[in-house]
Amino acid sequence: MLVTFLKRFSQSLGILLGVTVITFMLTYLIPADPVRMLAGRSASQETVENIRHQLGLDQPLPVQYGRYVVNLIQGDMGRSFKQKTEVTTLVLSRMPATLLLMAGAIFFELLIGIPAGIIGAVRRGRKSDNFFMMMSFMGVSAPQFVVGLIMLYLFAYRLEWLPLGGYGTLAHLVLPAVTLGITGGGWYSRMMRSSMIDVLLQDYIRTARAKGVSPWRVVMVHGMRNAVLPVIAMIGLDIGFFMAGAIVVESVYGWPGIGQLAWQAIQTIDIPVIMGVTLVAAIFIVLGNFLADLVMPLVDPRLRQN
Amino acid sequence: MKKRVLFLAALAVLMMAVPAMAIKAGGEAVVSYKEDVVTLDPAIGYDWQNWSIIKSLNARLMTYEAGTAKLVTDMAEDFTVSPDGLTYVFTLKKGVKFHNGREVKAGDVVYSLTRVVEPKTQSPAQGFYHSIKGYDDLVAGKTAELAGVTAPDDYTVKVELTSPDATVLHVLALNFSSVVPKEAVEKWGDDFGHHPVGAGAFKLAEWKLGQYLTMVRNPDYFVAGLPYLDKITIQIGLEPSVALLKLQRGEVDILGDSIPAARFVKIMQDPEWSKQVVSGSDLQTGYITMNVKMKPFDDVRVRQAVNMAVNKDRIVKMINNRAIPANQPLPPTMPGYDKAYKGYAFDVAKAKALLAEAGLADGFETELYCMNVDPNPRIAQSIQRDLAEIGIKVNIKSQSQGTVIAAGGEPDQAPMIWSGGMAWIADFPDPSNFYGPILGCGGAVKGGWNWSWYCNDEVEAMANKADAMSDPAKQADREKLWMETFIKIMDDAPWVPVFNETRFNMHSKNVSGDKKAFIDPVHIPFNYSYIYSNAVQ
Repeated sequence: MLVTFLKRFSQSLGILLGVTVITFMLTYLIPADPVRMLAGRSASQETVENIRHQLGLDQPLPVQYGRYVVNLIQGDMGRSFKQKTEVTTLVLSRMPATLLLMAGAIFFELLIGIPAGIIGAVRRGRKSDNFFMMMSFMGVSAPQFVVGLIMLYLFAYRLEWLPLGGYGTLAHLVLPAVTLGITGGGWYSRMMRSSMIDVLLQDYIRTARAKGVSPWRVVMVHGMRNAVLPVIAMIGLDIGFFMAGAIVVESVYGWPGIGQLAWQAIQTIDIPVIMGVTLVAAIFIVLGNFLADLVMPLVDPRLRQN
Repeated sequence: MKKRVLFLAALAVLMMAVPAMAIKAGGEAVVSYKEDVVTLDPAIGYDWQNWSIIKSLNARLMTYEAGTAKLVTDMAEDFTVSPDGLTYVFTLKKGVKFHNGREVKAGDVVYSLTRVVEPKTQSPAQGFYHSIKGYDDLVAGKTAELAGVTAPDDYTVKVELTSPDATVLHVLALNFSSVVPKEAVEKWGDDFGHHPVGAGAFKLAEWKLGQYLTMVRNPDYFVAGLPYLDKITIQIGLEPSVALLKLQRGEVDILGDSIPAARFVKIMQDPEWSKQVVSGSDLQTGYITMNVKMKPFDDVRVRQAVNMAVNKDRIVKMINNRAIPANQPLPPTMPGYDKAYKGYAFDVAKAKALLAEAGLADGFETELYCMNVDPNPRIAQSIQRDLAEIGIKVNIKSQSQGTVIAAGGEPDQAPMIWSGGMAWIADFPDPSNFYGPILGCGGAVKGGWNWSWYCNDEVEAMANKADAMSDPAKQADREKLWMETFIKIMDDAPWVPVFNETRFNMHSKNVSGDKKAFIDPVHIPFNYSYIYSNAVQ
């Protein structure tokens, strides 16, 4: 177990290093000059070059990258070109909001996905199954931006049940979390359904039924424990999806997370911020996968033996 | 007799009502914005939304009469100009205080102006101060002082120029010239932009990054009776359509990002809500640049043909008439705008004839760059359709703002650019600001903003002459010279001026204010000092 852990940990570090290289290359290859954007429209060439020098952007790329990594190891992600504030401060100030949104979204997608998947599997081919599958299809395909605006209009503006965007209380969290969770909920219900169907056809389920175990217990205890495995693995992988979705959802609801920060940094070519946010997102994705790998053997004893 | 009594009674009632109409101070307002406020450091902030916030937090030597483009003194009591136009001496008002309680002295003005020019500040405004003596040495790092700005005593500031510059008072009225206390700048270092200290009408109370910031009334503000509001909350991250819903529900008072395009027509047709909309023209022009260094735009006939082929009325309709068609670079509210000039009329047949004359009867293929945010790609498509009518096949390159700006700054990359989303809004209400960087030879350099790469020595000489006419008595002559300069530019047709935007600002029923509060040509987008709360009236 320890060997697996260490192996996966070193792999994760390697991936993160790879991410820094790729992001660094990409941000410097974009056909736009951040210094020009920064220097303003009346700046002379001399001023532009002066700023470029101050920011160290006149150094060869490998030198710039080396300096970035050395600073990173010391916990320094640099300063925003535009805001002049430390990127770490900016990211940390946004992180709690994004984490809260992700937790809320996971809660809602499991709340929607798992029961819908189980009902679909147990009542396969019937009206309720068709209904849930149709809903999941809609959930997967509906654009988050549109879903967000419709929900805001309906539940916040018309019905006045929830706040019209913003941040602060649990009531503020409901609509953004549901919007972000709907797509995942759709996927989970489909995954849970097919996984459950597989499990329900297994011999041990047949045995349990033959022994007179109640149908409820067969499904919820014997069946669900095994069927839920792929869903758990999916939560880890989902974190990457959340990071992308957060940009849209945070933008609709005025949720002050890192998605919003990323969007703004991209608009102004604020390279240190773009790199900081990308790195943090990558850490989350890697961490999600890592945790999924750790948790799965705890749920399924067969994986522990392997 | 009875009539007379009635008249006198009515007059008495009116006279009694006058004091009641005086605006009472107090109350709060909430302003919505989608994007985060980047920095409130006046030497650095150069964005649409932080512009009026910075203006409200700070004071400077000069400013503008509210709602107009008329220069007046701000923290300066008065000033004198030497006959040669090279020396300006300002006397400061006594008792003006920074938000930290310390009195503003002449040394603070010297420090603040030096700080903007100092290379380590990385101010995007550095170039504005080029005519001040000692500018070149400070920029080159040869000295740490700006020789042309000195303080003979605590209440006198002397500004010396290397050559007469008619725009210098405008420059001293810019946000960048805000006077800030050295001790606060040094205390916060690079984070000063998040802990601003000025001498303006409001002071910053709280700033939650990415969420909101609040400004409260500065009780020591040196302009009596202002500001009207006790507190302004800037809510950040609100999608314009959500902000509109919030305004209609009374949770937001002012739409920072204006009315969302998709709801504009509906709001304007609504008798209840259209009353809450204030509109006025901006000092802005949207234009198409044609790179005069690239073929076939090096031929003036081709550029004139393009000018005649673009249907500006249709483009204006497409953006719900939130603009008026333009025929020259300057917007109508700018001094030097030529009302009599008719520009190039929309004439497809004549455009075709001109192309044929230029040897391009079969047309040609070219590229039009535009910013990839609505409505710009739609406008580019409309231009594409118009130019197809005269045989020009346009390939649209819809890209991010930074990419378009970078392409425009290369001499051989962007044959045409639609300026929307990056269009020129004047920094100060003077025609000079519409020439130098975007049409002058100085801007026609690699990485510059003169995307048409137009550089005409004769025009440049006229512009330089106009800039040097700093004598207020010659203001009319100067305006006339600028007028001639811009019409001459239009003869060369490096641009297709397309429209001048009209600004539509919407506020809730909780707050009011006349045009100078909501449509101020220099306090864009708002003049927060003049907005008042209806709750306390």
